[in-house]
Amino acid sequence: MRKFQSVILALLLLIWGGGASAQNLMDLLVEEEEVKAEFTTNTFFTTRVINGQSVENPYPNELIFVISHHFGQINQGAYQFWGLDQATIRLGFDYGVNDRLALSIGRSSYEKTYDGFLKYKLLRQQTGLKEVPLTVSWFSGIYIKGLKSAVPENYQFQDRLSFVHQLMIARKFSRSLSLQITPAWVHNNLASSASDPNDFFVLGLGGRLRLTNWVSASMEYFYRFNEPVSFQSYNALSLGFDFDTGGHVFQLHFTNSQPMFEKAFLTETRGNWLDGGIYFGFHISRVFSFKKGN
Amino acid sequence: MKMNKLILLFSILLISHAAFSQLYITRNGQIRFFSQAPLENIEAVNRQVNAALNTSNGEFAFRLLMRAFSFDKALMQEHFNDNFVESHKYPNAMFQGNVLNIEAINLNVNGQYNITVEGDLTIKDVTRKISEPGTLTVKDGVITGESVFKVSLADYNVNIPNRYIRNIAGEIEIFVNVELRER
Repeated sequence: MRKFQSVILALLLLIWGGGASAQNLMDLLVEEEEVKAEFTTNTFFTTRVINGQSVENPYPNELIFVISHHFGQINQGAYQFWGLDQATIRLGFDYGVNDRLALSIGRSSYEKTYDGFLKYKLLRQQTGLKEVPLTVSWFSGIYIKGLKSAVPENYQFQDRLSFVHQLMIARKFSRSLSLQITPAWVHNNLASSASDPNDFFVLGLGGRLRLTNWVSASMEYFYRFNEPVSFQSYNALSLGFDFDTGGHVFQLHFTNSQPMFEKAFLTETRGNWLDGGIYFGFHISRVFSFKKGN
Repeated sequence: MKMNKLILLFSILLISHAAFSQLYITRNGQIRFFSQAPLENIEAVNRQVNAALNTSNGEFAFRLLMRAFSFDKALMQEHFNDNFVESHKYPNAMFQGNVLNIEAINLNVNGQYNITVEGDLTIKDVTRKISEPGTLTVKDGVITGESVFKVSLADYNVNIPNRYIRNIAGEIEIFVNVELRER
Protein backbone atom coordinates (compact mmCIF):
# COMPACT_ATOMS: atom_id res chain seq x y z
CA MET A 1 0.00 0.00 0.00
CA ARG A 2 2.81 2.35 0.96
CA LYS A 3 4.62 1.55 -2.25
CA PHE A 4 1.51 2.28 -4.23
CA GLN A 5 1.14 5.65 -2.52
CA SER A 6 4.69 6.67 -3.28
CA VAL A 7 4.30 5.68 -6.92
CA ILE A 8 1.22 7.87 -7.13
CA LEU A 9 3.11 10.68 -5.46
CA ALA A 10 6.00 10.27 -7.85
CA LEU A 11 3.67 10.34 -10.85
CA LEU A 12 1.93 13.42 -9.56
CA LEU A 13 5.26 15.16 -9.09
CA LEU A 14 6.37 14.22 -12.59
CA ILE A 15 3.17 15.57 -14.06
CA TRP A 16 3.47 18.68 -11.94
CA GLY A 17 7.11 19.15 -12.92
CA GLY A 18 6.36 18.70 -16.63
CA GLY A 19 3.32 20.94 -16.48
CA ALA A 20 5.17 23.67 -14.63
CA SER A 21 8.02 23.79 -17.09
CA ALA A 22 5.66 23.94 -20.07
CA GLN A 23 3.90 26.80 -18.40
CA ASN A 24 7.12 28.54 -17.50
CA LEU A 25 8.78 28.43 -20.90
CA MET A 26 6.17 30.84 -22.34
CA ASP A 27 6.04 32.78 -19.07
CA LEU A 28 9.77 33.15 -19.27
CA LEU A 29 9.46 34.63 -22.77
CA VAL A 30 6.80 37.02 -21.54
CA GLU A 31 9.21 38.16 -18.83
CA GLU A 32 11.97 38.55 -21.39
CA GLU A 33 9.84 40.92 -23.46
CA GLU A 34 11.16 44.45 -23.40
CA VAL A 35 8.81 47.38 -22.91
CA LYS A 36 9.18 49.71 -25.90
CA ALA A 37 7.91 53.15 -26.79
CA GLU A 38 4.85 52.73 -28.94
CA PHE A 39 4.14 55.83 -30.97
CA THR A 40 0.56 56.47 -31.97
CA THR A 41 0.22 56.25 -35.74
CA ASN A 42 -2.58 57.20 -38.07
CA THR A 43 -4.14 59.97 -36.01
CA PHE A 44 -5.26 61.20 -39.42
CA PHE A 45 -5.00 59.39 -42.76
CA THR A 46 -2.80 62.06 -44.28
CA THR A 47 -1.05 65.39 -43.74
CA ARG A 48 -4.30 67.39 -44.03
CA VAL A 49 -7.49 67.12 -42.03
CA ILE A 50 -9.28 68.66 -45.01
CA ASN A 51 -7.85 72.03 -46.09
CA GLY A 52 -6.00 72.53 -42.84
CA GLN A 53 -2.85 70.75 -41.76
CA SER A 54 -3.04 67.70 -39.53
CA VAL A 55 -0.32 66.61 -37.10
CA GLU A 56 0.64 63.85 -39.54
CA ASN A 57 3.97 64.12 -41.32
CA PRO A 58 5.28 61.96 -44.13
CA TYR A 59 7.45 59.18 -42.72
CA PRO A 60 11.20 59.87 -42.94
CA ASN A 61 12.39 59.79 -46.56
CA GLU A 62 8.86 59.67 -47.87
CA LEU A 63 7.59 62.16 -50.40
CA ILE A 64 3.89 62.86 -50.67
CA PHE A 65 2.59 64.46 -53.85
CA VAL A 66 -0.58 66.37 -52.99
CA ILE A 67 -3.06 67.43 -55.64
CA SER A 68 -5.74 69.68 -54.17
CA HIS A 69 -8.66 70.65 -56.33
CA HIS A 70 -11.77 72.70 -55.63
CA PHE A 71 -14.51 73.24 -58.19
CA GLY A 72 -16.57 76.44 -58.26
CA GLN A 73 -19.49 77.33 -56.01
CA ILE A 74 -22.39 74.94 -56.37
CA ASN A 75 -25.04 77.69 -56.24
CA GLN A 76 -24.20 78.98 -59.74
CA GLY A 77 -26.79 76.92 -61.54
CA ALA A 78 -26.80 74.93 -64.73
CA TYR A 79 -24.88 77.46 -66.83
CA GLN A 80 -21.73 76.93 -64.72
CA PHE A 81 -22.74 73.28 -64.31
CA TRP A 82 -23.12 73.88 -60.58
CA GLY A 83 -19.52 74.97 -60.26
CA LEU A 84 -17.92 72.07 -62.06
CA ASP A 85 -16.83 74.34 -64.93
CA GLN A 86 -14.39 76.14 -62.66
CA ALA A 87 -11.31 74.96 -60.89
CA THR A 88 -8.86 76.10 -58.26
CA ILE A 89 -5.85 73.91 -57.81
CA ARG A 90 -2.77 73.51 -55.67
CA LEU A 91 0.08 71.13 -56.45
CA GLY A 92 2.50 70.41 -53.66
CA PHE A 93 5.11 68.11 -52.20
CA ASP A 94 5.51 67.13 -48.57
CA TYR A 95 8.78 65.50 -47.54
CA GLY A 96 9.64 63.70 -44.30
CA VAL A 97 13.13 64.70 -43.17
CA ASN A 98 13.09 62.67 -39.97
CA ASP A 99 10.64 61.46 -37.32
CA ARG A 100 9.75 65.02 -36.37
CA LEU A 101 10.43 67.39 -39.25
CA ALA A 102 8.61 67.73 -42.56
CA LEU A 103 9.14 70.30 -45.32
CA SER A 104 6.68 71.25 -48.02
CA ILE A 105 6.40 73.40 -51.10
CA GLY A 106 3.42 74.17 -53.28
CA ARG A 107 1.92 76.33 -55.97
CA SER A 108 -1.71 77.38 -56.08
CA SER A 109 -3.71 78.86 -58.90
CA TYR A 110 -5.45 81.13 -56.34
CA GLU A 111 -3.59 84.46 -56.66
CA LYS A 112 -0.78 82.43 -58.29
CA THR A 113 0.63 81.78 -54.86
CA TYR A 114 3.84 79.93 -54.03
CA ASP A 115 4.07 78.49 -50.56
CA GLY A 116 6.64 76.77 -48.42
CA PHE A 117 6.36 75.54 -44.86
CA LEU A 118 7.77 73.33 -42.18
CA LYS A 119 6.07 71.16 -39.61
CA TYR A 120 7.90 70.03 -36.53
CA LYS A 121 6.54 67.55 -33.99
CA LEU A 122 7.31 68.88 -30.54
CA LEU A 123 5.53 66.06 -28.76
CA ARG A 124 4.45 62.65 -30.00
CA GLN A 125 1.51 60.75 -28.54
CA GLN A 126 2.79 57.42 -27.23
CA THR A 127 2.39 54.60 -24.76
CA GLY A 128 4.81 51.99 -23.46
CA LEU A 129 7.97 53.48 -22.01
CA LYS A 130 6.15 56.67 -21.16
CA GLU A 131 2.63 57.95 -21.54
CA VAL A 132 2.24 61.01 -23.75
CA PRO A 133 -1.45 61.77 -24.37
CA LEU A 134 -1.03 64.31 -27.20
CA THR A 135 0.79 65.05 -30.38
CA VAL A 136 1.84 68.68 -30.61
CA SER A 137 3.26 70.04 -33.83
CA TRP A 138 4.51 73.46 -34.87
CA PHE A 139 3.76 74.88 -38.31
CA SER A 140 5.37 77.90 -39.97
CA GLY A 141 4.64 78.85 -43.55
CA ILE A 142 5.47 81.60 -46.02
CA TYR A 143 3.21 82.56 -48.94
CA ILE A 144 4.23 84.56 -51.99
CA LYS A 145 1.49 86.12 -54.12
CA GLY A 146 2.52 85.78 -57.76
CA LEU A 147 -0.49 87.57 -59.21
CA LYS A 148 0.67 90.64 -61.16
CA SER A 149 -2.16 92.88 -59.98
CA ALA A 150 -1.88 91.71 -56.34
CA VAL A 151 0.18 94.74 -55.30
CA PRO A 152 0.54 98.22 -56.87
CA GLU A 153 3.54 98.63 -59.15
CA ASN A 154 5.48 100.93 -56.87
CA TYR A 155 5.35 98.43 -54.02
CA GLN A 156 8.13 96.06 -52.93
CA PHE A 157 8.53 92.32 -53.24
CA GLN A 158 7.95 91.88 -49.49
CA ASP A 159 4.45 93.26 -49.92
CA ARG A 160 3.62 90.00 -51.66
CA LEU A 161 4.49 87.97 -48.57
CA SER A 162 2.27 86.49 -45.88
CA PHE A 163 3.20 84.28 -42.94
CA VAL A 164 1.24 81.74 -40.93
CA HIS A 165 2.22 80.10 -37.66
CA GLN A 166 0.12 77.39 -36.10
CA LEU A 167 0.31 75.13 -33.10
CA MET A 168 -1.46 71.85 -33.77
CA ILE A 169 -2.55 69.89 -30.73
CA ALA A 170 -4.09 66.52 -31.50
CA ARG A 171 -5.13 63.40 -29.73
CA LYS A 172 -6.16 60.04 -31.11
CA PHE A 173 -8.75 59.18 -28.48
CA SER A 174 -9.49 55.81 -29.98
CA ARG A 175 -9.14 54.00 -33.23
CA SER A 176 -12.25 55.75 -34.48
CA LEU A 177 -11.94 59.23 -33.00
CA SER A 178 -9.16 61.81 -33.43
CA LEU A 179 -9.49 65.51 -32.59
CA GLN A 180 -7.22 68.47 -33.19
CA ILE A 181 -7.25 72.09 -32.06
CA THR A 182 -5.17 74.57 -33.99
CA PRO A 183 -4.50 78.11 -32.78
CA ALA A 184 -3.16 80.11 -35.73
CA TRP A 185 -1.67 83.50 -36.43
CA VAL A 186 -1.78 84.96 -39.95
CA HIS A 187 0.34 87.96 -40.88
CA ASN A 188 0.03 89.79 -44.20
CA ASN A 189 2.89 92.19 -44.93
CA LEU A 190 0.45 94.22 -46.96
CA ALA A 191 -3.13 94.37 -45.68
CA SER A 192 -5.97 93.96 -48.23
CA SER A 193 -6.90 97.61 -47.69
CA ALA A 194 -5.95 100.46 -45.40
CA SER A 195 -8.82 99.60 -43.07
CA ASP A 196 -7.89 95.90 -42.75
CA PRO A 197 -5.60 94.52 -40.06
CA ASN A 198 -2.27 92.92 -40.96
CA ASP A 199 -2.64 90.23 -38.32
CA PHE A 200 -5.40 87.73 -37.79
CA PHE A 201 -5.91 85.22 -35.00
CA VAL A 202 -7.81 82.04 -35.64
CA LEU A 203 -8.72 78.89 -33.71
CA GLY A 204 -9.20 75.73 -35.71
CA LEU A 205 -11.05 72.59 -34.69
CA GLY A 206 -10.68 69.39 -36.68
CA GLY A 207 -11.80 65.85 -36.23
CA ARG A 208 -11.84 62.45 -37.80
CA LEU A 209 -14.32 59.68 -37.30
CA ARG A 210 -12.88 56.48 -38.70
CA LEU A 211 -15.73 54.44 -40.11
CA THR A 212 -13.80 51.41 -41.36
CA ASN A 213 -10.12 50.51 -41.65
CA TRP A 214 -9.95 52.47 -44.89
CA VAL A 215 -12.67 55.12 -44.72
CA SER A 216 -13.20 58.05 -42.39
CA ALA A 217 -15.46 61.08 -42.10
CA SER A 218 -13.78 64.36 -41.25
CA MET A 219 -14.69 67.94 -40.45
CA GLU A 220 -12.89 71.16 -39.65
CA TYR A 221 -13.92 74.62 -38.60
CA PHE A 222 -11.81 77.76 -38.25
CA TYR A 223 -13.09 80.45 -35.93
CA ARG A 224 -11.63 83.94 -36.48
CA PHE A 225 -11.15 86.31 -33.57
CA ASN A 226 -10.84 89.19 -36.01
CA GLU A 227 -11.71 89.48 -39.68
CA PRO A 228 -11.16 91.70 -42.70
CA VAL A 229 -13.57 94.62 -43.01
CA SER A 230 -13.09 95.56 -46.68
CA PHE A 231 -14.85 92.45 -47.99
CA GLN A 232 -17.39 89.94 -46.77
CA SER A 233 -15.79 86.75 -45.48
CA TYR A 234 -16.78 83.79 -43.34
CA ASN A 235 -15.30 81.24 -40.98
CA ALA A 236 -14.13 78.22 -42.96
CA LEU A 237 -16.17 75.06 -42.50
CA SER A 238 -15.42 71.84 -44.36
CA LEU A 239 -16.95 68.38 -44.22
CA GLY A 240 -15.71 65.35 -46.07
CA PHE A 241 -14.80 61.72 -46.41
CA ASP A 242 -11.31 60.23 -46.65
CA PHE A 243 -10.52 57.02 -48.49
CA ASP A 244 -7.20 55.36 -47.82
CA THR A 245 -6.28 52.91 -50.56
CA GLY A 246 -2.77 52.04 -49.44
CA GLY A 247 -0.48 54.30 -51.42
CA HIS A 248 -3.12 56.98 -52.06
CA VAL A 249 -5.48 58.89 -49.87
CA PHE A 250 -8.52 60.43 -51.56
CA GLN A 251 -10.29 63.19 -49.66
CA LEU A 252 -13.65 64.31 -50.98
CA HIS A 253 -15.27 67.26 -49.32
CA PHE A 254 -17.57 70.24 -49.31
CA THR A 255 -16.11 73.53 -48.13
CA ASN A 256 -16.87 77.24 -48.27
CA SER A 257 -13.19 78.01 -49.04
CA GLN A 258 -12.03 78.40 -52.59
CA PRO A 259 -8.30 78.39 -51.74
CA MET A 260 -6.69 75.45 -49.95
CA PHE A 261 -3.59 77.00 -48.39
CA GLU A 262 -3.54 78.36 -44.85
CA LYS A 263 -3.03 82.09 -45.34
CA ALA A 264 -6.03 82.29 -47.67
CA PHE A 265 -8.62 79.90 -46.28
CA LEU A 266 -8.07 81.14 -42.72
CA THR A 267 -8.92 84.76 -43.51
CA GLU A 268 -10.26 85.00 -47.09
CA THR A 269 -13.01 82.39 -47.14
CA ARG A 270 -15.75 84.08 -49.11
CA GLY A 271 -18.31 81.32 -49.51
CA ASN A 272 -21.38 81.28 -47.31
CA TRP A 273 -22.71 77.84 -46.41
CA LEU A 274 -26.18 79.30 -45.83
CA ASP A 275 -26.69 80.50 -49.42
CA GLY A 276 -24.96 77.62 -51.21
CA GLY A 277 -21.54 79.27 -51.47
CA ILE A 278 -20.04 75.82 -51.21
CA TYR A 279 -17.23 74.31 -53.21
CA PHE A 280 -16.95 70.62 -53.94
CA GLY A 281 -13.33 69.52 -53.81
CA PHE A 282 -10.96 66.60 -53.66
CA HIS A 283 -7.42 66.17 -52.48
CA ILE A 284 -5.28 63.26 -53.64
CA SER A 285 -2.14 62.29 -51.74
CA ARG A 286 0.26 59.89 -53.37
CA VAL A 287 3.14 58.50 -51.32
CA PHE A 288 6.60 57.81 -52.77
CA SER A 289 9.02 55.97 -50.53
CA PHE A 290 12.79 56.36 -50.77
CA LYS A 291 13.82 54.16 -47.86
CA LYS A 292 16.09 51.38 -49.09
CA GLY A 293 17.19 48.27 -47.31
CA ASN A 294 15.88 46.91 -44.08
CA MET B 1 10.27 2.31 3.87
CA LYS B 2 9.77 5.93 4.79
CA MET B 3 13.40 6.61 3.84
CA ASN B 4 12.86 5.02 0.45
CA LYS B 5 9.93 7.26 -0.21
CA LEU B 6 11.88 10.35 0.70
CA ILE B 7 14.76 9.40 -1.55
CA LEU B 8 12.34 8.79 -4.37
CA LEU B 9 10.73 12.15 -3.76
CA PHE B 10 13.99 14.01 -3.76
CA SER B 11 15.33 12.29 -6.81
CA ILE B 12 12.17 13.17 -8.71
CA LEU B 13 12.42 16.75 -7.58
CA LEU B 14 16.03 16.83 -8.66
CA ILE B 15 15.21 15.31 -12.02
CA SER B 16 12.46 17.80 -12.69
CA HIS B 17 14.75 20.58 -11.62
CA ALA B 18 17.53 19.34 -13.85
CA ALA B 19 15.07 19.07 -16.72
CA PHE B 20 14.39 22.71 -16.12
CA SER B 21 17.91 23.95 -16.28
CA GLN B 22 18.67 22.70 -19.82
CA LEU B 23 17.46 25.98 -21.19
CA TYR B 24 18.65 27.67 -24.35
CA ILE B 25 17.30 31.10 -25.02
CA THR B 26 17.53 34.20 -27.24
CA ARG B 27 16.01 37.68 -27.24
CA ASN B 28 17.06 38.61 -30.74
CA GLY B 29 15.98 35.76 -32.89
CA GLN B 30 15.04 36.56 -36.45
CA ILE B 31 11.79 35.84 -38.23
CA ARG B 32 11.35 37.08 -41.77
CA PHE B 33 8.33 36.75 -43.98
CA PHE B 34 7.94 37.01 -47.69
CA SER B 35 4.86 37.49 -49.79
CA GLN B 36 5.07 36.99 -53.52
CA ALA B 37 2.19 38.38 -55.55
CA PRO B 38 1.79 39.41 -59.22
CA LEU B 39 2.17 43.14 -58.55
CA GLU B 40 4.75 43.24 -55.77
CA ASN B 41 6.88 41.28 -53.36
CA ILE B 42 6.64 42.23 -49.72
CA GLU B 43 9.24 41.37 -47.17
CA ALA B 44 9.54 42.19 -43.48
CA VAL B 45 11.89 41.14 -40.73
CA ASN B 46 11.61 40.97 -36.97
CA ARG B 47 14.99 40.81 -35.24
CA GLN B 48 13.64 40.86 -31.69
CA VAL B 49 12.10 37.43 -31.45
CA ASN B 50 12.18 35.79 -28.04
CA ALA B 51 12.69 32.02 -28.21
CA ALA B 52 13.52 29.28 -25.73
CA LEU B 53 14.37 25.60 -26.11
CA ASN B 54 14.42 23.11 -23.29
CA THR B 55 16.89 20.52 -24.52
CA SER B 56 15.96 17.95 -21.90
CA ASN B 57 12.41 17.46 -23.10
CA GLY B 58 12.34 19.25 -26.46
CA GLU B 59 9.97 22.03 -25.51
CA PHE B 60 10.33 24.94 -27.89
CA ALA B 61 8.61 28.32 -27.56
CA PHE B 62 8.62 31.55 -29.59
CA ARG B 63 7.10 34.91 -28.85
CA LEU B 64 7.30 38.17 -30.78
CA LEU B 65 5.76 41.62 -31.08
CA MET B 66 3.99 42.17 -34.40
CA ARG B 67 5.00 45.86 -34.30
CA ALA B 68 8.64 44.84 -34.38
CA PHE B 69 8.33 43.67 -38.00
CA SER B 70 10.25 46.16 -40.09
CA PHE B 71 9.31 46.86 -43.71
CA ASP B 72 11.09 48.74 -46.49
CA LYS B 73 8.19 51.17 -46.66
CA ALA B 74 7.06 52.76 -43.42
CA LEU B 75 3.54 53.23 -44.72
CA MET B 76 3.32 49.53 -45.49
CA GLN B 77 4.38 48.81 -41.92
CA GLU B 78 1.65 51.10 -40.65
CA HIS B 79 -0.96 49.35 -42.79
CA PHE B 80 0.34 45.94 -41.72
CA ASN B 81 -0.11 46.80 -38.05
CA ASP B 82 -3.18 48.94 -38.35
CA ASN B 83 -5.31 47.09 -40.85
CA PHE B 84 -4.07 43.58 -41.44
CA VAL B 85 -2.74 42.06 -38.22
CA GLU B 86 -4.40 44.68 -35.99
CA SER B 87 -1.48 44.91 -33.57
CA HIS B 88 -3.45 47.16 -31.21
CA LYS B 89 -5.76 44.21 -30.52
CA TYR B 90 -3.33 41.34 -31.02
CA PRO B 91 0.16 42.60 -30.16
CA ASN B 92 1.91 39.22 -30.05
CA ALA B 93 2.32 36.12 -32.15
CA MET B 94 3.59 32.98 -30.45
CA PHE B 95 4.42 29.35 -30.89
CA GLN B 96 4.51 26.69 -28.21
CA GLY B 97 5.48 23.16 -29.09
CA ASN B 98 8.09 20.47 -29.12
CA VAL B 99 11.06 19.22 -31.07
CA LEU B 100 9.86 15.67 -31.65
CA ASN B 101 13.26 14.02 -31.96
CA ILE B 102 15.17 15.97 -29.31
CA GLU B 103 16.90 12.78 -28.06
CA ALA B 104 18.81 12.59 -31.33
CA ILE B 105 20.70 15.78 -30.54
CA ASN B 106 24.05 15.63 -28.77
CA LEU B 107 24.94 19.04 -27.46
CA ASN B 108 28.57 18.07 -26.92
CA VAL B 109 29.24 17.39 -30.58
CA ASN B 110 29.12 20.03 -33.30
CA GLY B 111 26.73 19.07 -36.07
CA GLN B 112 23.47 19.62 -37.85
CA TYR B 113 20.29 17.71 -37.09
CA ASN B 114 17.08 17.54 -39.05
CA ILE B 115 14.17 18.03 -36.74
CA THR B 116 10.40 18.21 -36.79
CA VAL B 117 8.73 20.80 -34.65
CA GLU B 118 5.11 20.34 -33.73
CA GLY B 119 2.88 22.60 -31.70
CA ASP B 120 0.49 25.51 -31.53
CA LEU B 121 1.02 28.64 -33.60
CA THR B 122 -1.01 31.65 -32.46
CA ILE B 123 -1.51 34.73 -34.66
CA LYS B 124 -4.34 37.21 -34.08
CA ASP B 125 -5.63 34.99 -31.27
CA VAL B 126 -6.19 32.11 -33.69
CA THR B 127 -4.33 29.01 -32.56
CA ARG B 128 -3.63 26.20 -35.00
CA LYS B 129 -1.60 23.02 -34.78
CA ILE B 130 1.37 23.01 -37.11
CA SER B 131 4.12 20.50 -37.78
CA GLU B 132 7.10 21.77 -39.76
CA PRO B 133 10.58 20.51 -40.62
CA GLY B 134 13.68 22.42 -39.65
CA THR B 135 17.26 22.02 -38.51
CA LEU B 136 19.14 22.46 -35.28
CA THR B 137 22.84 23.22 -35.67
CA VAL B 138 25.08 22.75 -32.67
CA LYS B 139 28.27 24.74 -32.77
CA ASP B 140 30.43 25.21 -29.70
CA GLY B 141 27.50 25.14 -27.34
CA VAL B 142 25.31 27.48 -29.41
CA ILE B 143 22.19 25.97 -30.95
CA THR B 144 20.92 27.58 -34.14
CA GLY B 145 17.38 26.69 -35.07
CA GLU B 146 16.22 27.24 -38.64
CA SER B 147 13.00 26.56 -40.46
CA VAL B 148 11.13 27.68 -43.54
CA PHE B 149 7.42 27.08 -43.76
CA LYS B 150 4.24 28.55 -45.18
CA VAL B 151 1.31 30.11 -43.45
CA SER B 152 -2.06 30.83 -45.00
CA LEU B 153 -3.31 34.29 -44.03
CA ALA B 154 -6.94 33.22 -44.09
CA ASP B 155 -6.19 30.53 -41.47
CA TYR B 156 -5.27 33.24 -39.01
CA ASN B 157 -8.08 35.64 -39.71
CA VAL B 158 -5.92 38.06 -41.73
CA ASN B 159 -8.37 39.40 -44.29
CA ILE B 160 -7.08 40.86 -47.51
CA PRO B 161 -9.52 43.21 -49.28
CA ASN B 162 -10.19 42.23 -52.88
CA ARG B 163 -8.29 45.21 -54.28
CA TYR B 164 -5.07 43.87 -52.72
CA ILE B 165 -5.36 40.33 -54.04
CA ARG B 166 -2.73 41.07 -56.66
CA ASN B 167 -0.45 42.78 -54.09
CA ILE B 168 -0.50 40.37 -51.18
CA ALA B 169 -0.12 36.60 -51.42
CA GLY B 170 -2.68 34.41 -49.68
CA GLU B 171 0.11 32.18 -48.47
CA ILE B 172 3.30 33.71 -47.15
CA GLU B 173 6.65 32.14 -46.50
CA ILE B 174 8.15 32.34 -43.01
CA PHE B 175 11.90 32.10 -42.39
CA VAL B 176 12.97 31.38 -38.83
CA ASN B 177 16.52 31.78 -37.59
CA VAL B 178 17.25 31.73 -33.85
CA GLU B 179 20.63 31.48 -32.17
CA LEU B 180 20.01 29.99 -28.75
CA ARG B 181 22.51 30.19 -25.93
CA GLU B 182 22.51 28.38 -22.63
CA ARG B 183 20.84 30.22 -19.80
